[in-house]
Amino acid sequence: MNYLSDSEVEKLEHKANEIRQSIIEMLIEAGSGHTAGPLGMADIFALLYFSVLKHDPKNPDWEERDRLLLSNGHICPVLYATLAHAGYFPKEELLTLRKFGSRLQGHPHRESLPGLETTSGPLGSGLSQAVGMAIAARMDNPYTSKYIYCLMSDGELQEGQTWEAAMLAGKMKLHNLIAIIDRNGIQIDGYTKDIMPLEPLAEKFAAFNFDVQEVDGHNLRMVSDAIGKAQAVYSQPSVIIAHTVPGKGGDIFERDFRWHGNPPGKGPENFVKKSEQGPAALRKLRTLSGAINAPDHD
Amino acid sequence: MKLSPHLNPKIFDSDIEKSANRNGYGEGLKLAGEKFPKVVALSADLVESTKTNLFAEAFPERFIECGVAEQNMASVASGLSAMGKIPFIASYAMFSPGRNWEQVRTTIAYNNANVKIIGAHSGISVGPDGATHQAIEDMAIMRVMPNMCVLAPVDKHEAKKATLFAAERFGPVYMRLARNDTPVITKEDSPFTFGKAEIFMEKNLDTKISVAILSTGTMAYHALLAGKELNESGIGASVVHFGTVKPLDTKMLDRLSKEHDLILTVEEHQAAGGFGSAVAEYLSQVNPTKIIRLGVRDEFGQSGTPEELLAHYGLDSKAIVKSAREVLAS
Repeated sequence: MNYLSDSEVEKLEHKANEIRQSIIEMLIEAGSGHTAGPLGMADIFALLYFSVLKHDPKNPDWEERDRLLLSNGHICPVLYATLAHAGYFPKEELLTLRKFGSRLQGHPHRESLPGLETTSGPLGSGLSQAVGMAIAARMDNPYTSKYIYCLMSDGELQEGQTWEAAMLAGKMKLHNLIAIIDRNGIQIDGYTKDIMPLEPLAEKFAAFNFDVQEVDGHNLRMVSDAIGKAQAVYSQPSVIIAHTVPGKGGDIFERDFRWHGNPPGKGPENFVKKSEQGPAALRKLRTLSGAINAPDHD
Repeated sequence: MKLSPHLNPKIFDSDIEKSANRNGYGEGLKLAGEKFPKVVALSADLVESTKTNLFAEAFPERFIECGVAEQNMASVASGLSAMGKIPFIASYAMFSPGRNWEQVRTTIAYNNANVKIIGAHSGISVGPDGATHQAIEDMAIMRVMPNMCVLAPVDKHEAKKATLFAAERFGPVYMRLARNDTPVITKEDSPFTFGKAEIFMEKNLDTKISVAILSTGTMAYHALLAGKELNESGIGASVVHFGTVKPLDTKMLDRLSKEHDLILTVEEHQAAGGFGSAVAEYLSQVNPTKIIRLGVRDEFGQSGTPEELLAHYGLDSKAIVKSAREVLAS
């Protein structure tokens, strides 16, 4: 288990801050896209790519790498930003998000960009693909320590395919599969508890023969410890339900489901004041290193 | 008329051997398993009827039983392929690619994953099970998918060769198979060439009018019977089998459209969107030709014997002869 020191935690938190700043810049430039999910998962992405994963940004096809699949493709701004900060491609390219000819498609396309393990967008198919990868890794080596991480949203658990995949993972006791659920409680049309309640979620996965842990998704030491424990489970697949704050990092974004699918530059007038749009949104971001100096463009 | 040397010499005998082309898939898959260690097979609770059992018994460690969950099976195969495996997923065409079309599109075709999708029990000749189990839309929904190839072998020999081909060729492949025993049209050593149609019967040259009957899958038998009858009754008829529906053998279409007065396509599929539509899409641009497309006319199938159903929906040799005569006489 990789126990994080105080200075390591602080370093990762700074990294998450940088990623959040990139996310907002990308979304403002793109003029469309999702805000809440990417901001809420920035801490976990920083932890995974800068502490947990066996990977090599200079050799993205390295055979022995761990695999990280993003199942809820719509939060790709956090994946793209993290990959760029990790060195998979130039950070300047982040501002091409969603533009014509860009490698940063509105939803991720594996063939387009180094570091992507799959194509996603339509919800509910990531866990199945992760199951396939975990089976393949185990066929090649029954004692493999190549881990397959599948990042999912809570809303997408409403897709039946997720549970088909969970059944197979449980049946095959895929010890090398670690699913991480972004339990932020929102989806595009509202709060998950209103749209389609998911609780008791931990019990559901336990009933599908998963090892289940629940963590505060912004407490990096807690998430890191949970991943370490999940790696040590050898007779079951694991799921970590990470409770996160949607839109984490800026007061105006947090806990409001309307930020699920709107970018900071263009919040509908009825819920975002003009004074909080565009670069103003960037200045609202909480950081560990002082205020962000973001001049208005016009 | 001249017959291809690759045809079963007993093609017009009443005691011609009959066997379902899915049997060829089963044998081909097992052979592919022996030749290529990366080949793996998946089933959604249809291991016997898709003939995946031959592989599963030979290579239990490379066989994955997914249970009745075709959407999961498609995406699991995508994941296996991402790790270098060559997965074959087999179910009834109604469920795969019927039910799991979006998973096939996003996680297999768009990823250009090396997954082979086997749709067994396609067409109305599924018979007594009825319309819920008769996939007659599968070629339409698969041929419009980028990166996807569509194969429809004529018999067990061709299915076996097509399966081996699919294992060797990188990229997604869809192969549709049939349930019931059909005449074995070709020989064990007849060639299968991806993307190439084969002329099974060449028309009599001394006729004034002629038709090219283009078939796919197991319909070649009815096409051959019809071709024989037409040639013997003064209408020149060529019979050409398209084992590959996508990519379409357009060179063959160029030639056939020039040498015949009428193109008649026949398939166990909706007349809209399938093989005949693909032929019409191509020829309408390069060499507009009169084309009759025989297929199911925008309706669902029903229970019955394969023979009853083929006759009812106008897909047997009688229907082919009748259509050709009517159009050429008009």
